[in-house]
Amino acid sequence: MSAVAIGSSVASRASWLRRLSSQEVLLALAIVILAIVVGAINPRFLLARNLSDIFLGNAYVAVAAIGMSMVIISGNIDISVGALIGVLATISGTMAVAGYPIALSWFVPIVVGVAVMALQGAVVAYLRIPAIVVTLGMLSILKGGLISVTGGRWISDLPDSFHLSNIELFGILPMPVLIMIGATILAAIWMRNFAPGRAIYATGGNSEAARLCGISPRATIVMVFALHGFFTGIAAILFATELRVIQSTVPPNLELTIITAAVVGGVSILGGVGTVVGSTFAAILIAEIASALVFVSISPYWIRAVQGGLILLTVVADILRRRRRVAGDSR
Amino acid sequence: MTVLAAAPPERRVARWLTRHETLLAAVLIVALAILGAYNDRFLTLDNLLNQGRLMAEVGLIAMPMTFVIITGGIDLSVGSVVGLCAIALGYSWKNLGVPLPGAIVIALALGALAGFVNGLFITRVKVPPLIMTIASLALYRGFAEGVSQGRSVRGYPEWFYFMGQGDWFGAPTQLWLLGVAIVIAGVALDRTTFGRSLYAIGSNETAARFSGLPVDRIKLAVYTLSGLMAGISAWVLVSRVTTTRSDMGIGYELDVIAAVVLGGTSIFGGSGTIWGTVIGLVMIQLLKDGLALTGVKGDATIIVIGTVLIASTLLASSLQKRREFGG
Repeated sequence: MSAVAIGSSVASRASWLRRLSSQEVLLALAIVILAIVVGAINPRFLLARNLSDIFLGNAYVAVAAIGMSMVIISGNIDISVGALIGVLATISGTMAVAGYPIALSWFVPIVVGVAVMALQGAVVAYLRIPAIVVTLGMLSILKGGLISVTGGRWISDLPDSFHLSNIELFGILPMPVLIMIGATILAAIWMRNFAPGRAIYATGGNSEAARLCGISPRATIVMVFALHGFFTGIAAILFATELRVIQSTVPPNLELTIITAAVVGGVSILGGVGTVVGSTFAAILIAEIASALVFVSISPYWIRAVQGGLILLTVVADILRRRRRVAGDSR
Repeated sequence: MTVLAAAPPERRVARWLTRHETLLAAVLIVALAILGAYNDRFLTLDNLLNQGRLMAEVGLIAMPMTFVIITGGIDLSVGSVVGLCAIALGYSWKNLGVPLPGAIVIALALGALAGFVNGLFITRVKVPPLIMTIASLALYRGFAEGVSQGRSVRGYPEWFYFMGQGDWFGAPTQLWLLGVAIVIAGVALDRTTFGRSLYAIGSNETAARFSGLPVDRIKLAVYTLSGLMAGISAWVLVSRVTTTRSDMGIGYELDVIAAVVLGGTSIFGGSGTIWGTVIGLVMIQLLKDGLALTGVKGDATIIVIGTVLIASTLLASSLQKRREFGG
């Protein structure tokens, strides 16, 4: 199974056609086509203001989806990510308001994020508790903890220099979008060309085979979770600096949106396959759909049903594709 | 489980004493005593019956969830099914003009259908249960939100509140319902071919298949049952809180799974009892209540439930180190 999967992602003789039908290209096409269609129905959708809102408001989802992709590729899952983003954003905001140096209030959440996730990874890898149980438990600990500590208060009066989106490169590319693009490219290159990155695929594809190849699946899982914590930390800062206030609640079911981005981006839920380029495209597509619903006068209350439908569609397509490929190989 | 029968009588007693459920029952009694000593309102019949009322909604779902987890699966969508069924009940009654008993039937049927769809994808397309039910968690909640457009339904007739607020022979109505569900689930799991097949599937699905068990049909039944019970739970919940909202049942999966796992059902499948789940349920409810009575706020209690979930899994797995890594 994993040999097939890895083989296909590295295959050099990948035909032109196959490359065109890859998840990343399909998603990019979907993003463009949706923009054209919705723009034709309601031209205001294509205004620079709206497009920039889509990117600025969702860069953090894309960044978090990078880490989530790694976790899923390694054969695990994390549903605590939404709650953790809420906790880290609150830490960051509280520090900024309390007068700590801005750089420190950006740095500490990343460290805490890595620590919390690495701890979960260690429990999963070394104590052999399924990731779903560990992260479900952590989700409620973090969520309950955040509401109890903050009492539901919002953080306001954030210093101006705290807001990342005020920083723009060349006057057009705001910092959050730049971070999203940079993180995606770096993570994609690292996962494709470096040994620890390849180890993630090997562990998710076939943990036993990976072990026999000299990879430590346990260490890899802890590493994956630690990295996921790193990206979660960055995502939390993007989330915290996006608006003028930080609420003590994150968008409900944020973890679902992030998992949707990773899965729709082509990360196979069976482990071993997927790219972070796909997950970033998927995050943009999901945000675009949510925005498009409003512009074609469909109630935004339907967005979660769309998300669920998208996950189901991608997963079923992935499973059927694999089944056909396996059938083709045995012929 | 089967080892028990084969062991000599004196060993049996020793094994019974060290069983997860027995240990848990002992912990429960100690916890009851401590909470009772701290707060004299705790160990009153009124309070305990009231806690039973609050426990019913999660408890009803915990029965089929025990089945699901024993087969090695999981159902994360139960909370969303509760929301979907609550909306179906309220919407079909208020907006479509269906008589209330009919609306209840529609809600239950929709719950069963939601579970059936989960089961269908899990058995036919072979979508892993975790991912399938994450997808349907989003999907079903999305339907509930989309159909209701965030509006609530209230103003049910008086008789409808009997299920959620009434008493029957001195105990809350839904507690009787839960009692019946527990007995049926317990007998089904322990004394029927269906129940024993669940253990076989959870221990080794391939072997179960080769032994001629209708694995797919059993799994389909189990997930359908899970949806149906979530529907019944929605009915009880709507009747208790007198209103219907699309955000009903959010987070139920945590409470339900925590109760089942705390009750000694292995998250890896293959072992577990209804008896254990009942103790797990009671413990979680009393923990919540005890904390509330000692002044801990509602939000903080979910911290405790999360911790209990992780800790009990850790304990259970250290008690039986037998599963392969990554399983």
